[in-house]
Amino acid sequence: MKSKDRNYFKILRAGINTTYQDLGRNNLYHIGIPFSGAMDKRNFQLLNSLLQNDYNSPVIEFAYQGPHLKYFGKDIFFCISGNASFKIITKEDVIDGNSYQCYLLKNGDEVDIHSTNKSVYGYFSINGTFGVDYYWGSCSINTQAQIGPNNGNKFSKDLEIEIIDINNSFNKRKLDYLGNTIENIRVIKGTNYDYFSESSQNKFFKESFKITKLSDRMGMRLEGPKIENIVDPNIKSEGLVKGVIQITSAGDPIIMLSDHGTIGGYPKIATVISADYDRVVQLTPGSNIKFKDVSLEDAETLYKLYQMETNNIISQIK
Amino acid sequence: MIKNILNLGDAALYCDFGSDVNQEINSNVIKYFYHIKKLNLKGITNLTPSYNKLIISYDLNIHSFLSLKKKIENIEIKENNKLEKNLIEIPVCCDNNFALDIKRVENKLKLKSEIILEKFFSKNYFCYMTGFVAGMPFLGDLEKDMRLKRLETPRVKVPKGSVGITEQFCNIYTFETPGGWNILGNTPQNIFDTSNQSNPNLVNPGDTIKFYRITLDQYNEIKR
Repeated sequence: MKSKDRNYFKILRAGINTTYQDLGRNNLYHIGIPFSGAMDKRNFQLLNSLLQNDYNSPVIEFAYQGPHLKYFGKDIFFCISGNASFKIITKEDVIDGNSYQCYLLKNGDEVDIHSTNKSVYGYFSINGTFGVDYYWGSCSINTQAQIGPNNGNKFSKDLEIEIIDINNSFNKRKLDYLGNTIENIRVIKGTNYDYFSESSQNKFFKESFKITKLSDRMGMRLEGPKIENIVDPNIKSEGLVKGVIQITSAGDPIIMLSDHGTIGGYPKIATVISADYDRVVQLTPGSNIKFKDVSLEDAETLYKLYQMETNNIISQIK
Repeated sequence: MIKNILNLGDAALYCDFGSDVNQEINSNVIKYFYHIKKLNLKGITNLTPSYNKLIISYDLNIHSFLSLKKKIENIEIKENNKLEKNLIEIPVCCDNNFALDIKRVENKLKLKSEIILEKFFSKNYFCYMTGFVAGMPFLGDLEKDMRLKRLETPRVKVPKGSVGITEQFCNIYTFETPGGWNILGNTPQNIFDTSNQSNPNLVNPGDTIKFYRITLDQYNEIKR
């Protein structure tokens, strides 16, 4: 391909943890490979809907601070989902952008994503397709196992992001969406719930926990009242799933997130329900989290409501 | 063979095969795992076999707990179904640079290093499960006099290829990761191959592993 025909972004600043993500990869837990995929599935879905891309198109996920990108190529639209502050820098002007709105980029324009606000993850994509390689059916980058495009590494300065296809029948659309307000995170009691003293079980649901800085795509460590184990601080190692809350030997909860180790040996006190997963991943270090106990039947109903709500938001894209 | 099926969260079945860790129970887990995998049921998103549990993750849009539980309970597996087993030989170098914890193991087991290694290499090991990180095999069982606890303070970084022991088990670190096993050596062989997407694991549940000892020169030769 001649360089003048190329459409690509050059990374001027990579951001903190910038990777390609899609819906992730299934049926590989048994060999030690987790789902991965976009942490916040709703924002992933909204972005591809706004851009009229295929529902599982690759997007660029960033955490806390996003990338600063310079665009080279023919006219293109981009959009950002999540609660992010960003600027569009053109030859004539510098504009403050809004999430969930599509913007035109011309050759030489820049997008500078300063930060996510009161949240962790944001998403960037274009009305087209990034040139990515697929590993087990997914382009999601798992930096821990070094799986995915870019040799399984997060983005770095000077990397060039190729665009292999631009959708020319694209209609510029937008969405007024404020995101979720966060109250309690709902959980189902875990398979080792009875490993913990009654007073600790009560504390787990009555008191709040603080999210520590030891949080990433693999897991989220919490601190707060110590949870007292009265049976055994370890179990025979067994499978984990996204959202499982284990209690470490020190008595602190740790929530397993999308890139988690597939097997673990700490007792499981609870699991975050599927309907609340997108919300829990967006909680920032330093903020508080409080758990609420729900039944399995309620969790299944809440998931249906979550899906209906997502579809409802998508139907409001104009 | 499944004693009980519980839910793990709202999108996974927790199939309990018992509380002991032994090859008989684990072989049952592995048989179920391969059988269900072959059925290729729509909406199953992951199967995670371990020593004595099998976790079945599913798509909540397709299954509910009760309906899938019923399906799994109705599966019949013949007890005499033979497990497919491979014997895999893996070279290990126990040079001082690799045997990070040999002194600790000597002290804890009150055995000389040569005896420890002789015992370690004289046995074949059964693969109970793979995971935690991609491709890491959990192997067993070590002789009773070879068993010790993990490090009090785990290493922040265990080198890739490290071969370690703890309790009745040994494993191979397929990636550089944090870990607390007692490291006896290092293998130059690639245990997990990202480029081989149909069969990335050298070792799979049910396989038998034979470790053999190599010199540093042989190690460097294989690495090259």
